[in-house]
Amino acid sequence: MNYNWNWGIFFQPNPMGTGTYLDMLLSGLVLTLKTAALAWVIALITGSLVGVMRTLPSKGANWFGFAYVEFFRNMPLLVQLFLWFFVLPELLPKAAGTWMKQLPNAPFWTAAIGIGFFMSARVAVQLQAGIGSLPRGQKMAATALGLTTVQAYRYVLLPMAFRIILPPLTSEFLNTIKNTAVAITIGLLELTGQARSMQEFSFQVFEAFTAATVLYLLVNAVVVTAMRFLERWVAIPGYITGK
Amino acid sequence: MFANLDFDVIRRALPYLFFEGMTFTLTLTALAALGGLVFGTALALMRLSGFKILGRVAGVYVDFMRSLPLVLVIFWFYFLVPYIGQWVTGASRPISVGAFASSLITFIMFEAAYFSEIMRAGIQSISRGQPAAASALGLTYAQTMRYVVLPQAFRNMLPVLITQTIVLFQDTSLVYVLSITDFLGAASKVAQRDGRLVEMYLFAAVVYFTISCIASFGVRRLQARIAIIR
Repeated sequence: MNYNWNWGIFFQPNPMGTGTYLDMLLSGLVLTLKTAALAWVIALITGSLVGVMRTLPSKGANWFGFAYVEFFRNMPLLVQLFLWFFVLPELLPKAAGTWMKQLPNAPFWTAAIGIGFFMSARVAVQLQAGIGSLPRGQKMAATALGLTTVQAYRYVLLPMAFRIILPPLTSEFLNTIKNTAVAITIGLLELTGQARSMQEFSFQVFEAFTAATVLYLLVNAVVVTAMRFLERWVAIPGYITGK
Repeated sequence: MFANLDFDVIRRALPYLFFEGMTFTLTLTALAALGGLVFGTALALMRLSGFKILGRVAGVYVDFMRSLPLVLVIFWFYFLVPYIGQWVTGASRPISVGAFASSLITFIMFEAAYFSEIMRAGIQSISRGQPAAASALGLTYAQTMRYVVLPQAFRNMLPVLITQTIVLFQDTSLVYVLSITDFLGAASKVAQRDGRLVEMYLFAAVVYFTISCIASFGVRRLQARIAIIR
């Protein structure tokens, strides 16, 4: 292979004047994590609301939950980001549209919101499955004790359901981190974006992508380990995974 | 809100969008699903083969691919494939690979990791008695897999495999990062040429949504039919 390897490239100054190439990649990593964290908060909150709606004994709420999930699941994430970034500001009233376009860090907010809503549909499906997997008697017992629907969800159903779906939620969180790379298309300089610009500036393709790959693997390993601890910590006694 | 939109731009671009763009997207989806299924099944068989090293290699590959973002993998293969081609053919310089071949290789290698997990679950869902009965009948390992295990595994997992193909169909839009003219790429090129981003991206969204919706509706019906037979 006639490729000029140069692993020292990471310690050479980058052309942006922000330190070395390594600093550039690390700043991308930080942005990836920030975007993923905000997106995950949005996904968890809206996803939980929609997931609960799909299990309520109300036809209207069920239908809304179904439509919500289908809407966000049946479009590619890239197209959704374009809708948030290019289309929404044009369809809003002029003042609001201009405000959105002039927002500092517009790609960051767009990416976090777009990925957040995209992932919320998946969280909703998982939570619905989690609540559905509980024995029917739990809801009935809660009602018999005189709990209102809100109390039944808050104190009985959700604490159980979230524990059950912790493993699939972990992979959805990892998916959120990976999906931030799609935001490269709206100009967000996250880890993949920084690796790409490092490749364009330095022509060291494989070093740049190897570094990005290693960083993604590290993040993955950290998240998986942390979630395993969390799983053990919140495990319910008496269940297979319990203490 | 929609007052100054020009939806005629979509009508004028239709032939380009569908004959160039959608043809690329659908061909890529179909071939990548097929290739991914073949490689994925091979990976699943490696993991379940009982040979420690083979299983470990397949496991590492699957975990590795599944922890990377698809966009990064697309970039990797885009730059790597010419060098691999040079190494395979023994040429003196990196060979040029077309956009289609490059993205097809990427998606086959990437999707194989996901398909292999589905096929592994499918193979494990077959009861132990079946391969035992097959070897009692004198079938070799290859024959057992070919005639007994894989057809059933494939059939049981068909809804999941199609669902994964719908995800793949949506994911092919990411070749946008290489400026390839798939459906979204075509829409985006027209959008930028005519300055009609809103119309074109809305139309692209509607088309993706309709196709995915119809396909997932089909999966639900298929699932219901399969569930009755079992």
